[in-house]
Amino acid sequence: MIEDINLAKTIIAKRIAREFKDNQLVNLGIGLPTLVANHIPAGINVIFQSENGIIGMGPAPQPGHENPDITNAGGALVTVLPYGCYFDTAMSFALIRGKHVEYTVLGALEVDQEGSLASWIIPGKKVPGMGGAMDLVVGAKNVIVSTLHTERGKPKILKKCSLPLTAKHVVNMIVTELAVFRVTPGGLALIEVNKDSSVDEIRANTAADFIVADNLKTMEL
Amino acid sequence: MFHKLIDRKGFSDLLKDDMTIMIGGFLACGTPETLVDIILEKGVKNLTIICNDTAFADKGLGRLIAARQVSHVITSHIGTNVETGKQMVEGSIKVDLVPQGTLVERIRCAGAGLGGVLTPTGVGTIVEEGKQKMTVEGVDYLLELPLRAELALIGGSIVDKAGNVVYNATTRNFNPIMAMAADTVVVEAQKLVEIGEIQPELVMTPSPLVNHIFVSEKR
Repeated sequence: MIEDINLAKTIIAKRIAREFKDNQLVNLGIGLPTLVANHIPAGINVIFQSENGIIGMGPAPQPGHENPDITNAGGALVTVLPYGCYFDTAMSFALIRGKHVEYTVLGALEVDQEGSLASWIIPGKKVPGMGGAMDLVVGAKNVIVSTLHTERGKPKILKKCSLPLTAKHVVNMIVTELAVFRVTPGGLALIEVNKDSSVDEIRANTAADFIVADNLKTMEL
Repeated sequence: MFHKLIDRKGFSDLLKDDMTIMIGGFLACGTPETLVDIILEKGVKNLTIICNDTAFADKGLGRLIAARQVSHVITSHIGTNVETGKQMVEGSIKVDLVPQGTLVERIRCAGAGLGGVLTPTGVGTIVEEGKQKMTVEGVDYLLELPLRAELALIGGSIVDKAGNVVYNATTRNFNPIMAMAADTVVVEAQKLVEIGEIQPELVMTPSPLVNHIFVSEKR
């Protein structure tokens, strides 16, 4: 296992960042998914959407150049690149549900072998609300879940989610610090392993059933 | 020709207990903060608020929740305002959580004369409870119904004296959609300009939708 959580998150972000092709429209969730933007390979231009109304979102502003009218979906101040544009929330979610967004990357409380995701409520404990997550996972062409492999020793990848779902059967790929899984019609497939981990270690820390892909690869970062 | 400007008293006189009010903004970006100040001062109670999120206990429309003026909120996210969660657990506020894209479409339906919208969002989750489910060409959808308010409070960046509105950057969010879905629409203008100063192609909310213009006291 990788004990250093910051290192684990960097591994996840770097791996997801390799998934995109030039000029694809991508929505990154708040938290760990946001780190993906820091690791886009040279020569690839990814166009970031923010569901509060931006295409072409850029990095945080330089000190002295903050504009309180330009925020991301987490409320943080951001910038917009020269090719970018703004729109209202109806347009933003039309883009999302209408399959115009290539990838959405978001975190999970639980994710399961059927590609169902729970990410918005722990009844009686934490009820932040779903925000735009339910629309994003239903609408984006590809749904990538970014998550630490375990939380306090407990697997995050389960046979079946126990918490209320964000959506059913929508996840395409799960990326952790140890492994990359693809959700296929036949079930969960382990397709990549971190060079410092092993299939046995992944099996011991995953509550879901999965098959090991014939062409299992080492995670490239 | 146009007599839409109102002062603090003019806006305060529009407010009543038990009202349903839509308020624009996304985590307080684009929220008409002076209008929120005036609601706080007047102290009207038992409000139903329709909003993207409940912002913060000390910023945006979340201040109305902290002041316990709201008994019902219809929103997509409450995680940034500790007061909303606290009052929900106590049972002193009713919270209806709606997926963000569904929330904006429900408001759009009301403003666009539509009887509802079919969305795949929420199918197979607790969001579908109590809703009519329909299958169209093999795909399951939920029927989501229109959402209207008595009052919509809009944050405008540049407003002319006729009531045409331009929204800067991400202040736009729910504002132009809500401006179509209420009996009375009040825009808080960051900057008020003369008629003719906004290029017609750039108008985002056409003037007939706006009943009253209040000049912001912020910024």
